[in-house]
Amino acid sequence: MSIVTVQLGQCGNQIGHEVFSALCSDIRGTHGLCSKEENESYQESSKERFFSQEESGVPAARAVLVDMEPKVISQTLSRAASSGHWKYNSHSHFCQKQGSGNNWANGYCVHGPRHKEAIMELVQKEAEKCDRLGGFFTIMSMAGGTGSGLGAFVTQCLRDAFPTSFLLNHVIWPYGTGEVIVQNYNSVLTLSHLYHSSDALLVHENDVIHKICAQLMNIKQISFRDVNQVIAHQLGSVFQPTHTAGGGSGYSRNPLGDLLEPLVPHPEFRLLGLRNIPQMPESSLAFSSFSWPGLLKHLRQILIAKAHMEEGIDWQVRPPGSSIPSTNKPLHFNTSIANLVILRGKDVHSVDLGSFQDPSLYTSWLNPQDAFSAWKTPRAFNKYEKSAALVSNSQFLLKPLDSIVGKAWNMFASKAYLHQYTKFGIQEEDFLDCFTTLEQVISSYTNL
Amino acid sequence: AVSLPFAVGQCGNQVGCRFWDLALREHAAVNKKGIYDEALSSFFRNIDTRSGGNGPDIYKGKICSLKARALLIDMEEGVVNEILQGPLRDVFDSKQLITDVSGSGNNWAVGHKVYGCQYRENIVEKLRKAAEHCDCLQCFFIIHSMGGGTGSGLGTFVLNLLEEEFPEVYRFVTSVYPSGEDDVITSPYNSVLAMKELNEHADCVLPIENESLFEIVNKIHQMTNSGKLGSTVKQNSLVTSSAGSAKTLQEKPFDAMNNIVANLLLNLTSSARFEGSLNMDLNEISMNLVPFPRLHYLVSSLTPLYTLADVNVPSRRLDQMFSDAFSRDHQLIQADPKHSLYLACALLVRGNVQVSDLRRNIERLKPSLHFVSWNQEGWKTGLCSVPPVGHSHSLLALANNTCVKPTFIELKDRFMKLYKKKAHLHHYLQIDGMEQSCFSEAISSLSDLIEEYNELDATKGGPRIDPQRLKIAV
Repeated sequence: MSIVTVQLGQCGNQIGHEVFSALCSDIRGTHGLCSKEENESYQESSKERFFSQEESGVPAARAVLVDMEPKVISQTLSRAASSGHWKYNSHSHFCQKQGSGNNWANGYCVHGPRHKEAIMELVQKEAEKCDRLGGFFTIMSMAGGTGSGLGAFVTQCLRDAFPTSFLLNHVIWPYGTGEVIVQNYNSVLTLSHLYHSSDALLVHENDVIHKICAQLMNIKQISFRDVNQVIAHQLGSVFQPTHTAGGGSGYSRNPLGDLLEPLVPHPEFRLLGLRNIPQMPESSLAFSSFSWPGLLKHLRQILIAKAHMEEGIDWQVRPPGSSIPSTNKPLHFNTSIANLVILRGKDVHSVDLGSFQDPSLYTSWLNPQDAFSAWKTPRAFNKYEKSAALVSNSQFLLKPLDSIVGKAWNMFASKAYLHQYTKFGIQEEDFLDCFTTLEQVISSYTNL
Repeated sequence: AVSLPFAVGQCGNQVGCRFWDLALREHAAVNKKGIYDEALSSFFRNIDTRSGGNGPDIYKGKICSLKARALLIDMEEGVVNEILQGPLRDVFDSKQLITDVSGSGNNWAVGHKVYGCQYRENIVEKLRKAAEHCDCLQCFFIIHSMGGGTGSGLGTFVLNLLEEEFPEVYRFVTSVYPSGEDDVITSPYNSVLAMKELNEHADCVLPIENESLFEIVNKIHQMTNSGKLGSTVKQNSLVTSSAGSAKTLQEKPFDAMNNIVANLLLNLTSSARFEGSLNMDLNEISMNLVPFPRLHYLVSSLTPLYTLADVNVPSRRLDQMFSDAFSRDHQLIQADPKHSLYLACALLVRGNVQVSDLRRNIERLKPSLHFVSWNQEGWKTGLCSVPPVGHSHSLLALANNTCVKPTFIELKDRFMKLYKKKAHLHHYLQIDGMEQSCFSEAISSLSDLIEEYNELDATKGGPRIDPQRLKIAV
């Protein structure tokens, strides 16, 4: 089953390139730590999922690149091609010249309708190349104008054109102390719109990844490329082929469905956080060795304490005793709706994940057996002997979301910058609708 | 995306001339293969000269003959003629020039009403032609001075015209404001009359004061000649240097000063022309730095002013660059942004600088800066991989800050000194289309602007009360 990726705006395209690069490198890697058969099966499955075969023999990413200015796409295409191992299809991109000016309204109200046909035609072409279409994965930032505004519009178009396909949006949340001054407005507009058309939003926060780069990867002068490579690794650890729970011996034939169905049981709760351990510089990999119990203990505490990575975890946070009613839950504790843990590498089958099924971690609506899923795959990922990923529908993103909405509201109350949006068709009432949607989401997650 | 600069008047054209020279140098340094690329196309057309100068534009392939996308307007011939006889003569052709012989007599009304009327059709026609050659016209730049007659009067006439004919294209104006000791007595009149036009028709204005440019030039001279610097300064890295040669002592001060403004424009457009990990286009500058339509005056600063010859750039020096950007003596107007209120701030970094360097410095400098309550984290940032010629990195800071207020207040005071006595007023009122109301409306517009800044300043340091959030029924 194949996934079509839509890369939107500068961020979306830069990350998309790192993702396909990481996937390709993992596929070609010799550190699978499993049988030759297993490895070949993994490679076939991954290739089918993310790449199409072209006459030249070089696999082409199943992706559509969209941007409103040409420089990034141009760079992305040539970087991929120069790798020699994969490339983008030479026609699967759409770009314009003038950019969106960091203006969500410009992306959504002007560029969207204007270029809908051309963009959807490219998506259709990629979809048709798939023997079986498993759904769509869009990559975008919510701070700027194209990824956010045009991205929201395209997501709606995808939903309309492919009503039964799975649609997952990968959204990058910007650094708190600004990359773009109107980023909070753009974020509020994006998140509220995506909430209505997307199946789920898989979120990465720049601040969090930056910390990983600084503290775990030991990078001194962190560039966006470094940040994007960590993100690509984390995504790869989720989307590379896996054996699902009852899936038998083959790799999952429905990757997006298998992910979304257990994690998003209720339409009000669509925010998914992602954590991955261990993370370290490639040079350290050979010298490190981990045990599954150790890794899982850390991963569980990362979940419970809303930590960002395996350093600096607050071990004081504990789940409440199951007899205590929900209103007395300690403030720092992260209540989950559903979690998915993906294990890759050596000795996966012996791992005990019982601690993740503890009912006190979850709301009461689902049985803990339904709230928790685990996928185990013996084929190691990206040279990590053991790697564990957590995709969580929980209160991970509550505080960051609340912060963004708060800042946006503060600015909105002063009416600053509104003329820039009304100029292109987004009125104050539209903003209010979006604020209302998100306050509802915040309230829902708060009261878990 | 293409930017179209218009140089109007003597000052505008002198700056413009420096700008084109530096732009060519910058592209030559980056573009080794002589291919006409996307970056070049933002400022230059590529003409096939085999068919004698009127050839079609060549959009790809080797560079044949580069022509600047520009309009040079002056009501005197001196400066434009000099350009056409100098090394840049092949970069312009007669279709881009609009000149006259008698000048505007330092009279805004002559520039705006007389020449405006006279040359309107000519300007519109040349404008359309220039726009036709652009694949995607994003922005107009007007480069002019405020104190004279042509740059000020005709320049603002052109601004109006641009809004009428191309309402969707952004209008950036680089305005050189006169100093108190300006030898043009009526410069306050000209400036205030022009200000009204800038208030109403410009998207963004970058005010520049000659005093600041002069101080920067002096500072560089002192530093390079005093032997204070450990190693030698890279000559072509001076923000004031022209033509790559080291004629620091013999240079006319205006040349050096004009180079600074030219560098400002180059840096402003660098991220739109060259690649980087976080692009910053001109429409993004307007979007992020103008929270309310009339508050569109941006204080700019450029660092470094020169680069030392030693290759190693420890991050300490990088951090110094950021600190300098906020210091009083690097601003291009007489202003101190640190002690006033920021509405918004943009940092455009060029060269080998990464996001962590940006963040480290923002964190470091933030506590000493005052931001308006509704925009506490008001930073817009851009990272462009290509540094300016002679540097390993550089920084352009643009601030929407109430520190512009004193410049406007002084201008108003100088205006009122003349206006109360009705000094020289008849030179203006005798021009067809000019009335007393032009003056009263202009000063009123300026007063209103000053009042808007006053209201913002009044909020500085006050208690921070966050507005109540929407309540959702559970």
